[in-house]
Amino acid sequence: MSKGQSGLGKSTLVNTLFKSQVSRKASSWNREEKIPKTVEIKAIGHVIEEGGVKMKLTVIDTPGFGDQINNENCWEPIEKYINEQYEKFLKEEVNIARKKRIPDTRVHCCLYFISPTGHSLRPLDLEFMKHLSKVVNIIPVIAKADTMTLEEKSEFKQRVRKELEVNGIEFYPQKEFDEDLEDKTENDKIRQESMPFAVVGSDKEYQVNGKRVLGRKTPWGIIEVENLNHCEFALLRDFVIRTHLQDLKEVTHNIHYETYRAKRLNDNGGLPPGEGLLGTVLPSVPATPCPTAE
Amino acid sequence: MRIEKTSLKMSKQQPTQFINPETPGYVGFANLPNQVHRKSVKKGFEFTLMVVGESGLGKSTLINSLFLTDLYPERIIPGAAEKIERTVQIEASTVEIEERGVKLRLTVVDTPGYGDAINCRDCFKTIIAYIDEQFERYLHDESGLNRRHIVDNRVHCCFYFISPFGHGLKPLDVAFMKAIHNKVNIVPVIAKADTLTLKERERLKKRILDEIEEHNIKIYHLPDAESDEDEDFKEQTRLLKASIPFSVVGSNQLIEAKGKKVRGRLYPWGVVEVENPEHNDFLKLRTMLIKVDNEDMNKDQILLEKEAELRRMQEMIARMQAQMQLQLQGGDGDGGAHGHHV
Repeated sequence: MSKGQSGLGKSTLVNTLFKSQVSRKASSWNREEKIPKTVEIKAIGHVIEEGGVKMKLTVIDTPGFGDQINNENCWEPIEKYINEQYEKFLKEEVNIARKKRIPDTRVHCCLYFISPTGHSLRPLDLEFMKHLSKVVNIIPVIAKADTMTLEEKSEFKQRVRKELEVNGIEFYPQKEFDEDLEDKTENDKIRQESMPFAVVGSDKEYQVNGKRVLGRKTPWGIIEVENLNHCEFALLRDFVIRTHLQDLKEVTHNIHYETYRAKRLNDNGGLPPGEGLLGTVLPSVPATPCPTAE
Repeated sequence: MRIEKTSLKMSKQQPTQFINPETPGYVGFANLPNQVHRKSVKKGFEFTLMVVGESGLGKSTLINSLFLTDLYPERIIPGAAEKIERTVQIEASTVEIEERGVKLRLTVVDTPGYGDAINCRDCFKTIIAYIDEQFERYLHDESGLNRRHIVDNRVHCCFYFISPFGHGLKPLDVAFMKAIHNKVNIVPVIAKADTLTLKERERLKKRILDEIEEHNIKIYHLPDAESDEDEDFKEQTRLLKASIPFSVVGSNQLIEAKGKKVRGRLYPWGVVEVENPEHNDFLKLRTMLIKVDNEDMNKDQILLEKEAELRRMQEMIARMQAQMQLQLQGGDGDGGAHGHHV
């Protein structure tokens, strides 16, 4: 799921990550598109393949987030959507005639796009991440990083990291879920040095030093997306797809989903949903005497 | 005695050239523009510029770059949690700059906190109140007895910073500009222009202009070059007008590029030069500012002033009428119990 104000390059980045046109917005920039009045949730599913491995990828975009004058509670539709997916899964799980492979529409990862102001996080960023880091894996990403010099970038990242820490926001990979020492050292390094990844996305190719590279062409130079000296896109890609994809799914299933499930069962009086109305408080009904107990 | 027609364009006159006083029919008032010029230079100019835009759009850097100064030497940038509590502030900094003997008293009115809050519904009330207050104060001073040293703190121009990260104007941008376009001359500026490729820049500019038209927002329009100006000047004016809104990059850091030191930003992939017209519109913005700091802008202001004065008169009359009404009622009913309402 990709989140952040309009124009932060979310669609382009997702396309770049998966090297295919998985996000419709970037492929045809529609001039007539207006900022939607409320936050919308747009989910588009794709099947992509690499080396014989097929992956069903669903990209969920949230146009309208943070664009209004009054953005109070604009994270609520998103939180609702995420919880709805957990609910769907839960219902399937407790079904007596359970499917062998439950279709999994749960959100495994949320890329939160931070605006590269160079100053600090915005109040909206803080509020959003505070609420949602408890229900989904959030990976904060600094968008359009080609707007900052190396110095500005490193200062900004430090400040953002500090703000996240001071405000108790646990982004993925969360410290409490490190399984062993190896995990911890690896993740510590990522948490304290690389994240949040400062990225640049592009779906256009240019010729640089004899090779064709993905990049952005400006009058003062070409920004190469996959060049680690230019931006951290390659780090983000490796992190999300090549090394931690499975872990993202596991943490979602074992932790976020379980938390949701436990809460739902508790609310429903220890009963699985389906017995008793979901989300409503049941009036106490006097027990009907069992016909055989005479 | 023949009276010669002369053109009163200050920019064309050369202060040290006098027409031969022996020319028959020469009176000497052709020297008037020089006198005006000299007095203005001695008196110095005043200019109040307001900058509005979300945090982190490079406003302070741009102002420092435009006026080659450091207006904010001890700046502390607040964190997000602090921003949640803050309301919009008005901070005016004045600096006296001088160039070739011409003094400029520049006041920059900054509006930190604008656009930061989660709910920005009230964020322009403070700003509008400030603008109105300056008008009131000037009007008050002008109507006063001692008019020799009136300080003109009215906002002459507002640079409105549009984020280059969006796809055009945001609802807040539209709402704010509509709220002040009748009070202040708005110059929309696209900040941090080095984040855009040339194509993206053109697209964004067009989109913004379309939206400005769609919402009937009045932005400052440079006056067209007059027909008797030379072609170069006309062309320059045309180019200037075609580039609005200006997309700019600011910096006061000197970087080594192509063998010389230029003001710019150093990236791993190249150097963005502030004063290179192919890189951004900084020079155009500066040229416009110079053109702006003269009669043209002030004419609009005078009109606004007169409107404000009229409004005030109307209010006064309304108040007097209300007073009379009350007195009349007081006379009929309670007979003096109300006393004098001032």
